[in-house]
Amino acid sequence: MVENRPLLDFLTHLVLITGVAIVAFPVYVAFIASTHGTGAFVSGVMPLLPGTHMVENYSMMWNEGLTSAGAPPLWVMMFNSLWMALIIAVGKIAISITSAYAIVYFRFPFRVLAFWMIFITLMLPVEVRILPTFKVVADLGMLNSYAGLTLPLIASATATFLFRQFFLTVPEEIMEAARVDGAGPLKFFRDILLPLSRTNIAALFVILFIYGWVQYLWPLLITTDSNFYTIVMGIKRLAASADAEPLWHYAMAAVMMAMLPPVLVVIFMQRLFVKGLVETEK
Amino acid sequence: MQTKRTIFSNKRLPYLLLAPQLVITLVFFIWPALQAVKSSFEREDPFGFKTTFIWFENYTRILQDAAYLNSLGNTAVFAVSVTVLSMGLSLLLAVCVNRVMRPGRIYTTLLVWPYAVAPVVVGILWWFMFNPSIGFIPYILRGFGISWNHRIDGNQAMLLIILAASWKQISYNFLFFLAGLQSVPNSLTEAAAIDGAGPFKRFWTIVFPLLSPTTFFLLIININYAMFDTFGIIDATTSGGPAQATNTLVYKVYADGFVGLNLGSSSAQSVILMLIVIVLTVVQFRYVERRVQY
Amino acid sequence: MASIHVENVGKIYSGGVRAVSDINLSIADGEFIVLVGPSGCGKSTLLRMVAGLETISEGTVSIDGGVVNDKEPADRDIAMVFQNYALYPHMTVRQNLEYGLKNRGTPRPEIDARVAEAARMLEIAQYLDRKPRALSGGQRQRVAMGRAIVRKPAAFLFDEPLSNLDAKLRVSMRGEIKRLQRRLGTTSIYVTHDQLEAMTLADRLVVLDGGRIEQIGAPLEVYHEPASTFVASFIGSPAMNLMEGELHGDRLAVGPSILNLAGYAPTSGPVTVGVRAEDLRLATSAQESFLLRVEYVEELGSQRLVHGMVGDQPLTVALPLEEALQEEMKLTVEPRRLHFFSRETGKRLTMPGSEPVRSRQVMGAVA
Repeated sequence: MVENRPLLDFLTHLVLITGVAIVAFPVYVAFIASTHGTGAFVSGVMPLLPGTHMVENYSMMWNEGLTSAGAPPLWVMMFNSLWMALIIAVGKIAISITSAYAIVYFRFPFRVLAFWMIFITLMLPVEVRILPTFKVVADLGMLNSYAGLTLPLIASATATFLFRQFFLTVPEEIMEAARVDGAGPLKFFRDILLPLSRTNIAALFVILFIYGWVQYLWPLLITTDSNFYTIVMGIKRLAASADAEPLWHYAMAAVMMAMLPPVLVVIFMQRLFVKGLVETEK
Repeated sequence: MQTKRTIFSNKRLPYLLLAPQLVITLVFFIWPALQAVKSSFEREDPFGFKTTFIWFENYTRILQDAAYLNSLGNTAVFAVSVTVLSMGLSLLLAVCVNRVMRPGRIYTTLLVWPYAVAPVVVGILWWFMFNPSIGFIPYILRGFGISWNHRIDGNQAMLLIILAASWKQISYNFLFFLAGLQSVPNSLTEAAAIDGAGPFKRFWTIVFPLLSPTTFFLLIININYAMFDTFGIIDATTSGGPAQATNTLVYKVYADGFVGLNLGSSSAQSVILMLIVIVLTVVQFRYVERRVQY
Repeated sequence: MASIHVENVGKIYSGGVRAVSDINLSIADGEFIVLVGPSGCGKSTLLRMVAGLETISEGTVSIDGGVVNDKEPADRDIAMVFQNYALYPHMTVRQNLEYGLKNRGTPRPEIDARVAEAARMLEIAQYLDRKPRALSGGQRQRVAMGRAIVRKPAAFLFDEPLSNLDAKLRVSMRGEIKRLQRRLGTTSIYVTHDQLEAMTLADRLVVLDGGRIEQIGAPLEVYHEPASTFVASFIGSPAMNLMEGELHGDRLAVGPSILNLAGYAPTSGPVTVGVRAEDLRLATSAQESFLLRVEYVEELGSQRLVHGMVGDQPLTVALPLEEALQEEMKLTVEPRRLHFFSRETGKRLTMPGSEPVRSRQVMGAVA
């Protein structure tokens, strides 16, 4: 459409640049803080230009952590987070895709009941039933374990719905052709349905990886052994003690590193991320 | 419920395929939820030796408890403010990105990444920015003669968690608004342009009404988000303080259950929250069903 | 290669809806059978029961002498071509062709030989390493055929395989299917709602309506001696003219017009009269005739279709281009070209003494 309104164009870009700046500013402040030495925070206001201690601060946090704050080296916590996010993402996808397959491609007694039981998990976010769930995990002896960290977060109604929606759009004839071609249910699942779901799996993986990475309350309750601390909960401990004694530069270095993996995933897999986000919420 | 017209005839296989999901749902979702319902009707004596069944006493006590009603009020103020602020800003940004065409992708990338920042990290970032002793914003505000200390001033604390929570949610709302805007057929805005409507008039009379399904959907999602997904933000910035000024329903369930160790009250609060989630979910699904018909 | 026998077959869906009733059909080895009828007539259900994609509620289906009711589709030695091709989108053409053979444990050299042969036959050799998405509709159709051919099955089942193609491609693919089937000699069942496709492909047509067989017979037999008003109106384009008339002895009255039947009247009283558009001629002024009030004309190039009313009933006539058009035209027809159907049942009425169509149809079914 031909429309020449230079003033409006200018305003549009102005709004966008302001928006981008507002979105970026808190992280910029944190980044600047992470590049200064101890002395920079004594003056009463924090600097707004980068300092010279970046490498020093980051390598210190990565390799040693802050023993005074009870936080192990960052690489330990990052590894735990990565491990937890991966188990949650892969686990959620695996159990949802098989249950969606059962619900769409089979007819069996209690099918609708099973569907509703899965649906219920959607209504019960972990924050809401935190105490009884904690008790169950404690009774099962799963405190301070990867199983305890991940299993209660792994059931996923949204992923099941997404795969169900997707399976319903796969043409009927594909499955019929496969049956005529001699494929049984497991062969059809492995040879046809799984490869067809590739994009959906990838998109979902991006969303679920982020979901797993940003978990806070659950790891906070389940882990008392610092070997199982995840980065996101470890950071809270760092920040609390950073306020007591001025260790802002270390805390913010940890914040930057904690943000990086999921943010990079969003930036570099933006297309899959958007697809995953928009489709899981339908 | 829908299946394929041809189905596999195996009898046991579907149960095997469903088993992992169902077992986890039973053990970690349904069983704890039932436990919560059960203990919401009980009182544990102070030493944990004996529990008594007390019907709705926990509920009636909560609903008369000033602290609970206060957190209910906080949650309402918080949820409404976050929803309005975040959705407003996101809509503005989405409309702008939708206008600029080519560089839109770059702006999009620069706007969506906060989705991946953990709520507790968001809390820390904002808490640091607003830190009364060394924060950048309080320093600026002092220049205007405003004294910022969210550790003392409850209103400032509420403002802080609203800002932090809205900041994180912008990326999500932005993406959905952008998707909604891009699905408005060009022919409609073109027809309106031929009818002589300028850009602003076109937006308010044509585009915004067509966005209403997206807006409604986001409304529900944002209320849900503000109520349940902001635990980390609150824990990292204000921990519910000062003087309960930022204690929301979800934060209180945690505080009463794990810090205060009041099982019966915490369970009753859990059950009330579950009922709220169920209502929100039902509303959302009814809306989805309606949208399918378009 | 195999014969297929369908005996007393019916299909009732779980909701109690009856889709197909009492179907009897014997298909000889190498025969090309076309199931034709309007949508919802049960033709696809019948085919899918033969394929094993639908359970058989009543009766039996046997392929090559053995009852297959409880066999999986894969164990029935059939191959199927679907309307939307149903190619596996993530596999190359070659992988699509190979999949069924691999699942059956066919040895590798045999697979390669069969794929190469099918590819040559269908002229898709140059596309073997492409994904279906990179092919045109016609090419996809060939691959779908190829997937059936490589299997060397006892029977081909076609479920409206051409309806997703454009008109021109449909005609050429039609010829190709016929040629391939002749060459391979494989027993085939072909489902379509397109009567022209049915006429041109079939050795024998099975016309279905409301889940029942209306008529079985060679295409020309069905065209020239439709067993019911339904078949008469479904087969042939333009559809056969059907008018309400009255037989009085040797005379037929349609509205105000009267024709002399010269002994061709099968009964007396009210009947439905059928006459094909091409069987009508312009009458000389002396002849008894229908008086057609012309409403509009369709030019087809080789001839023209003149539409109008006889009394208050519509009639279409195909006329050569030489004939001059007038507002009112007098038409006549050889009495033996007229078809008579019962007003109540819609069934064909035959001359007493002449061989009834019904019995020939049953013989055809057994042949």
